[in-house]
Amino acid sequence: MYTYSEYDDAFVRRRVAEFSQQVERRIDGSLTEDEFKPLRLMNGLYLQLHAYMLRVAIPYGTLDSRKMDQLAHIAETWDKGYGHFTTRQNIQYNWPKLPDVPKMLEALADVGMHAIQTSGNTIRNVTADHFAGAAADEIEDPRPVAELLRQWSTDHPEFQFLPRKFKIAVTGSPNDRAVTKAHDIGLRMVRNEAGEPGFEVLVGGGLGRTPMIGKVISPFVPKADLLPYCEAIVSVYNTLGRRDNKYKARIKITVAENGLDTFRDLVEARYAEIRPEFTGIDQEILAGIEKEFAAPAFRNATTEAYDAAREADPVFRSWADTNLAAHRIDGYAIVTISLKAHGKTPGDASADQMRVMADLARRYGHDELRISHEQNVILPHVHKSDLPVIHAELLRAGLATANVGLISDIIACPGMDYCALATARSIPVAEQIATRFDELKLEHEIGEMKIKISGCINACGHHHVGHIGILGLDRAGVENYQITLGGDGTETAAIGERTGPGFAYDEIVPAIEKIVATYLKERESAEERFLDCYRRVGINPFKIALYGEDAKGRARAA
Amino acid sequence: MARAFTPKVVTANDLLEGDVIYLTETDQWSRHHHEAELIEDEAHAEIRLLFASGQQNKVVGVYLADARPGPDGPEPVHFREAFRAKGPSNYVHGKQESRA
Repeated sequence: MYTYSEYDDAFVRRRVAEFSQQVERRIDGSLTEDEFKPLRLMNGLYLQLHAYMLRVAIPYGTLDSRKMDQLAHIAETWDKGYGHFTTRQNIQYNWPKLPDVPKMLEALADVGMHAIQTSGNTIRNVTADHFAGAAADEIEDPRPVAELLRQWSTDHPEFQFLPRKFKIAVTGSPNDRAVTKAHDIGLRMVRNEAGEPGFEVLVGGGLGRTPMIGKVISPFVPKADLLPYCEAIVSVYNTLGRRDNKYKARIKITVAENGLDTFRDLVEARYAEIRPEFTGIDQEILAGIEKEFAAPAFRNATTEAYDAAREADPVFRSWADTNLAAHRIDGYAIVTISLKAHGKTPGDASADQMRVMADLARRYGHDELRISHEQNVILPHVHKSDLPVIHAELLRAGLATANVGLISDIIACPGMDYCALATARSIPVAEQIATRFDELKLEHEIGEMKIKISGCINACGHHHVGHIGILGLDRAGVENYQITLGGDGTETAAIGERTGPGFAYDEIVPAIEKIVATYLKERESAEERFLDCYRRVGINPFKIALYGEDAKGRARAA
Repeated sequence: MARAFTPKVVTANDLLEGDVIYLTETDQWSRHHHEAELIEDEAHAEIRLLFASGQQNKVVGVYLADARPGPDGPEPVHFREAFRAKGPSNYVHGKQESRA
């Protein structure tokens, strides 16, 4: 894993010192809120409904046990003993007090972390496949490139005041677990005809009020050219993007309004201009970073203990069947620790749970942890013989929920329980759906199902790309929930289609039940996933289940 | 004829803690919605808002929120204000802690 250089450390500490003084000046009245607000946002500090919120970047979702332990320490010392992992692989603290924030940032700096550029119209935390470096289907670990992009984009003087925020995601696998097609820039590692790895570059994807799937601006950019190519894209966007209208300021609108071909021509022209300035220093830095991401010393051992536990313990077997993924090394597995216990807040972990996960990583996981955009925690490198012990410890910590990829593994934004922008609650809807399907004992029978819930049109809960998407709105002073179906956040990305009129807060769980019952009735076999079934039969059977036989008329009226 | 004025309370967040607060009749800031001054006159609402906005070193994000009279004092009208007055629904945190 990348460790901070002296330069990184000095930079982050300088920012902490600067912000500490700004906080002091705000408290003593020298700074007004109008003056202070942009400064606090540059350091990840928001003001939400009930309190301040500090958003801490977890670059490409990668942590070690020391960092996770420190996140636990911060949660306990200056917050309410827990943290919320987000769909952008960050962690948010919901209850910091303003005078304590400098101390929190200092504690982060002590372990090489910060909250810089987690807000504002800048390049945000670069996200990556949470199975990076471990997945069996991977071409190469994409994190060195993600780290290079992080270093380039952090405090980049040209890109501190973009027309709007800018999000980059990168994957090294053909199976896209990083939702690259819903990012401002999506990078998908591919091989060219000579077999060399490079990147397919997507541009102009995004969710929010105008959801769009990213478009291929270049089918192959060699690794050595990637940084200048990305800089050319952001540079063109910086001059062309609209600053007159916040809702038309994202690059997806810039690309749509100007056309992909025009946008590409401008990028190519800018690229030709700046490419000579990249004299190879970035590639030297990348080579250094790649060394820091060298694979751990995998061991070769028997997996008998794993096989025996599978045989003997049905609870272990169920967990192993849902929460493990194929590792590229024989005898190893990727463990997804579900932060989706039925009836609990998706993505929340207590300080104690964070310490348990850190300890497991230290003892059994080559000291690596990942945060997924699906708000779970990953132990990417676990030898199968250690799985029974890990499972037992997770059980004790309330972390052994066997539901990864199932209907209760729900993405939910904080919604109106915390967020100042929200128009409805998300968390209780997620809690109730998970609890209901657990009671019905149906979730394993339903199989792969991705429900994603956003509490406003900004779509932090990725509802557009949920197999079932739920969007909470304020309709005449009452919470109302719109449903979309058929969304997909993977390499076959698609935006979900709206079923029709929305549902009241107490109608949304029954509506989801109707959709699931329709799927179970319509599917050809237990192997046909919800998404495949939906693609085969279309939206009509679901509309009829939700609204009755006159569904089409009502949908038009909506 | 002027449209009917919906009663208001002046609300904000506390500068240091971020907690939701309400302006009382005696120019104090209360953590409790029912202790807020219920303002039934538009011109008076503007004056109270100006007064509150002048307290930059105590409060953040001052605005007027719709409210209605209740048996124990003003009550929120919109559900957003009800959540602000109560705290989050997933934990007994915020204002609910002191009540528990």
